[in-house]
Amino acid sequence: MIEIAGLTKCYGAFTAVDALDLVIPPGEVFGFLGPNGAGKTTTMRMIAGILQPTAGTVRIAGYDLKTEPLKAKRSLGFIPDRPFIYEKLTGMEFLRFTAGLYGEGGSAVDHRGRELLALFDLERWQDELVESYSHGMRQKLIIAGAFVHRPPVIVVDEPMVGLDPKSAKILKDLFSEYTHRGHSVMMSTHTLEVTEGMCDRIGIMQRGKLVACGTMQELRGGADDDDALEDIFLRLTGENVAREVMAVLDA
Amino acid sequence: MREVSAATVLTTTVNAAATTHAASALHLLVPKWRMAFHRMKQNKRGDFRRTFVVTLLALGFWAATFSIALKLLKYFKGAEDIGAMLAGKVLAMILMAFGSILLLSNVVAALSNFFLARDLDQISAAPVPSWSLYLARLSETALHSSWMVALLLLPLLSAYGVAYHGTLAFIPFALAVLSAYLLIPAALGASITLLLVNIFPARRTRDLLSVITALSVAGLVLLFRAARPERLVKPEGFKTFTDFMVALDTPSSPWLPSEWVSQALMGWLDGGNVWQPLLQLWIVAAALVLIGGFLHARFWRRGFSQAQEGQQRRPSAYRKRPVLDRALSWLSPVRRELVLKEMRVFARDSTQWSQLIMLSVLLVVYVANVRYLPLDGEGMTTLLRNIIPFLNLALAGFVLASVAARFVFPSVSLEGRSLWLLRSSPLSMHDLLWAKFWTGLVPLLLVAMALVGATNALLHVQPFVNIVSLAAIVALVFPLTALALAFGTFYPRFDSENAAQIPTSFGGLLYMMTAIVLIGVIAYATGRPAARWVVAGHFGWERDPLQMTVPFLMAGLICVTATIAPMFLARRRLVGLELG
Repeated sequence: MIEIAGLTKCYGAFTAVDALDLVIPPGEVFGFLGPNGAGKTTTMRMIAGILQPTAGTVRIAGYDLKTEPLKAKRSLGFIPDRPFIYEKLTGMEFLRFTAGLYGEGGSAVDHRGRELLALFDLERWQDELVESYSHGMRQKLIIAGAFVHRPPVIVVDEPMVGLDPKSAKILKDLFSEYTHRGHSVMMSTHTLEVTEGMCDRIGIMQRGKLVACGTMQELRGGADDDDALEDIFLRLTGENVAREVMAVLDA
Repeated sequence: MREVSAATVLTTTVNAAATTHAASALHLLVPKWRMAFHRMKQNKRGDFRRTFVVTLLALGFWAATFSIALKLLKYFKGAEDIGAMLAGKVLAMILMAFGSILLLSNVVAALSNFFLARDLDQISAAPVPSWSLYLARLSETALHSSWMVALLLLPLLSAYGVAYHGTLAFIPFALAVLSAYLLIPAALGASITLLLVNIFPARRTRDLLSVITALSVAGLVLLFRAARPERLVKPEGFKTFTDFMVALDTPSSPWLPSEWVSQALMGWLDGGNVWQPLLQLWIVAAALVLIGGFLHARFWRRGFSQAQEGQQRRPSAYRKRPVLDRALSWLSPVRRELVLKEMRVFARDSTQWSQLIMLSVLLVVYVANVRYLPLDGEGMTTLLRNIIPFLNLALAGFVLASVAARFVFPSVSLEGRSLWLLRSSPLSMHDLLWAKFWTGLVPLLLVAMALVGATNALLHVQPFVNIVSLAAIVALVFPLTALALAFGTFYPRFDSENAAQIPTSFGGLLYMMTAIVLIGVIAYATGRPAARWVVAGHFGWERDPLQMTVPFLMAGLICVTATIAPMFLARRRLVGLELG
């Protein structure tokens, strides 16, 4: 469970995240949408404890990130948008190291690591150096790393980038199975079809504020019943795409 | 291959038991030594040759340092009363110089290790105890900053051990002393960096590093003056022999750890108080580590968060159309953009800036050395004053080659993975290389002229000597830049994140060796006839300007060839480079 209250982040005079209130209960996949620069990544990095909020609180699995950071982080698996992996470690070594960061070790971690690598078809690459991995393989390794310590909460920024259709399907199944077991996933993405298909609730962020939040049904609200998420998104974020495209091409 | 479903994995993960403990500092260091292990195992082509050459050079250097130091110490021992004191004093001075370099180097390394390293995102998002992170990063910082000093001290201390017949027990004792000595600047440097990063609101690295530069340069000059080295080599400058003895006997800076190291080691070798300085060293080191750990727990999270902010936003001034852009409008758009890109990337790369700090310190120390040369004593004639600039030319050339190795050599490597953009564009590699050449050359020329001009002015040399040495250094900068660029192209390290690490490669070593040969040739070709001209003038002998023409022309020709040929080869290499 993630509980966010009055979360704010300012960079000088610029407010990147403006008094965000949000609760993601156990058993939910929450989709986090918004145009580029809306404040999604800043929010996620604050939840992960990488950025310090200017104001507000974040609680993960009941632990306050500010007052009990170690307990809060132990409950979290974070997958950043531009992950760094040590190029000269093997896939398995990376998973062992990641588990160790969360205080876990021993043969159980190796076993779990192998299972996760097998799930993403990386088993035969487990002893190869990460430098020889493709972009998609690295992404899958990072995702495996987020699950290796069995966190009750996953926060993931753009999980589908670089994944082949099979891996994307596996990830969807994994998230679905994971939330059925009472865990929570907060996912930021620009792929609206993925959000529509996977998420129980969707939040749309615009200029640091949460401008809409709810199930697909709730988001449609007073609008036409058959509105796709793309229409809702464009309407809420004020993007007049067609006009802008014409203007750019004519310029 | 096994088929594993998401449900299987999650079931396994729930059921499997794992040992649980907080991540220790050792665990945080695991990737580092594993990566080093894999690097060693990889055995790329030419690795053996490299290792062989580097080992040979290192052994040669060690042997030379050891024998010079041993000779000097035996000479000191000849002076019965003051020999040991003098040896201790020299050691303290060397250690003080190393200490100041170590402090500076630790401040810069701590900035990278504690705040800029790319793996910090993952680590800061994990439940890693503050103390573990502090100890792990402190160890890395100490190791990165101290290994070179430790290697330099090895032959020196061996010479002390041999000269004073130290037993085998001297080795573990020296290790215990040195460990504390190296730990002190590491803990202090890490704390200074932590406080500075917290003081600057939105981590403007350049501002921070400017402060560090100013502090370091001021500190170094002060320390250098505090040591008053010139007094020791000129005993006649003291009123009485007693004054000289007092200067030797009194530690110049009794509060400096370098003095304690010297006291402890000389005490062990020559019979004296050993345990008090050793205890002092370890108490200070432990106290600094503890204070550093406390400060880290209190301020690191805030500082690290601010470090992220600095990377994301720039003040509005950066978004205005730059003056430089307009100033370079006479260049074609391609060349202008390339030059501008080079300058911007350089100015915004904090690792480059940290190197600039080192350079500034190096230059200040260099000029200070010339300033404090005993030029007024007996035997220092006008003749000598006018010959020194040609020795200075070789030394300045070496300094410039080091600067080119730091800033020009990594230039092609720094294109790294963005080289695809340049290679897939209609840009010729010729234009790219020459843009890099000119952006490297102009600042080097300024440094060269400032360095040689300043030292010539301090030496009060004749106008003729001034002109020849300035012309020679200007001519030398061209091939030094071209060679740095060419060797950097032949031995690129596209995977390196830190520009400062690129020149420490085999290619960097080859470049320095080639540059030294070239500097020697040019300094000889210009210095010898010019010195003969000065000598002839001094003694009123007949002088023929034609005697200088041939060597000068030869030097010019060598400089032109050593500029054009490497650039041509580098272009061919860059065109043929296969990008992974």
